[in-house]
Amino acid sequence: MQLPSSEEIVDDLAFFDDWEQRYQYIIDLGKQIPGLSEEAKTPDKIVKGCQSSVWLDYKTEDGKFLFEVDSDAVIVQGLLVLVLSAYNNRTAKEILDFDIDAYFTELDLERHITPTRGNGLRAIVGKIRQLASAV
Amino acid sequence: MSFDVEAVRAQFPVLKREIDGKPLVYLDNAATTQKPQVVIDTLIEYYTQYNSNVHRGAHRLADEATRGYENARTDVAKFINAAHREEVIWTSGTTEAINLVSNGVGQLFKAGDEIIVTELEHHANLVTWQQACKQSGATLKICSIFDTGELDIAAFDALLNENTRLVALPHVSNALGTVNPIKDITIKAKAKGAWVLIDGAQGIAHGNVDVQSIGCDFYVFSGHKLFGPTGVGVLWGRKELLETWPVWQTGGEMIAEVDYQSATWGTLPNRLEAGTPNIAGVIGLGAAVKWLSGLDMQGLHAHEQDLLAYATKRAKEIEGMRVIGTAPNKVGVMSFELKGAHPADVGFILDKQGVAIRTGDNCAQPLMKRLGLPGTARASFSIYNTRQDVDKLFDALKKAKMMLA
Repeated sequence: MQLPSSEEIVDDLAFFDDWEQRYQYIIDLGKQIPGLSEEAKTPDKIVKGCQSSVWLDYKTEDGKFLFEVDSDAVIVQGLLVLVLSAYNNRTAKEILDFDIDAYFTELDLERHITPTRGNGLRAIVGKIRQLASAV
Repeated sequence: MSFDVEAVRAQFPVLKREIDGKPLVYLDNAATTQKPQVVIDTLIEYYTQYNSNVHRGAHRLADEATRGYENARTDVAKFINAAHREEVIWTSGTTEAINLVSNGVGQLFKAGDEIIVTELEHHANLVTWQQACKQSGATLKICSIFDTGELDIAAFDALLNENTRLVALPHVSNALGTVNPIKDITIKAKAKGAWVLIDGAQGIAHGNVDVQSIGCDFYVFSGHKLFGPTGVGVLWGRKELLETWPVWQTGGEMIAEVDYQSATWGTLPNRLEAGTPNIAGVIGLGAAVKWLSGLDMQGLHAHEQDLLAYATKRAKEIEGMRVIGTAPNKVGVMSFELKGAHPADVGFILDKQGVAIRTGDNCAQPLMKRLGLPGTARASFSIYNTRQDVDKLFDALKKAKMMLA
């Protein structure tokens, strides 16, 4: 699927003036992505959080990372779309250069990316950066 | 004396906070309770007036700190009706208290011994005993529950035998709110010669706990779930058992005499409290139990029961909402699921409306698996909550349901 770019997301979210619209937008993003098939959700791909779980699969093509993600919670799934908008179809260097904390702060969603085992989002960011570092 | 919720509420400064412009509705009390002004003032007074190390200084501040610290022990002993004040051992919390019990009795376990815990267990009262069994060759037995969240007493009876060395169970389930029949279980377990440990983390804040009346050997709890500071907790244990235990941590405070090659141990409670303790935390916890003891405990309990009953009744209004844990004897906790919505999503949307709940596995992963759930959303009530808080929870839930549909 075609993910919105991080610039588009920043613009879209800035357009809404209340939290309900912002969260509805994130929920809708979460519902749009297909997620992983049940067979693809193997234990090596899971990042367990104590609130929700996240799965991450990837491949590389022409030096660029292509990710697939899934979560059992739809808001987390939507937030994963935001993460992927920054990282998907990028080179290792582009991934490592991207300031995800600043991006989430700009979106006023920084509480979701704080270091916690809660929703697995931070762990996914860590895993993506680790994959990029290993290149 | 009657229970005046507004007067109690007014003593908790954090409850005046707003979250994104909406008044805070704090319903995560099973995770930690808020602190009354008197506890906060006690901590400030300690650090501004008499901060000092205990039991050793030859000066006024040390005297005052020591007195505050030891008075707190007396106050907590009274609060749980311990027979001796030195039966109250300070720990960092429930988890450390359980580990301390494991250090004391776990070393006496041997192959063939059996330990009984329940399917309701918080990880703290499960993993510790898994480890003790692995180290000793003892066997861990799990007492089953019914789908309501009640213990299956027939199953317990079937597990209990002469090989049972320890029965460890929660007073109140943190995930479901079930109040367990700890007295009956203790009587049965003692009749077989087993030790009984009650995990009181969730039980302590909801009414009178009388350790002598329960008849158990150990009762453990955390200060922070009892309106006290974080980082302090209690192991209450029978003196005659604690006196025979091997030492726990070694170092200062817990010794009698020390040579370069050897040392002898002090007496209770010091022998189980090595090093400089959490003095401020202990004094703060003392202030919390004194404050709580001044309230109408029966009225307080009735108020909490009213909140739970009211919330449980209102849950029926929302289509697709299911309360998890329907034991007739419950306190403080309403776990639930909203059909088609993940608990984490419910939690996010409630938070945006100022309503604080817990979501997830409730630190009880085996119990969630047993119930076939990825986790629950959990609203938990305390003495300062009101029916209005419950109403706000349900307004927020209706919105969550609409947005996630």
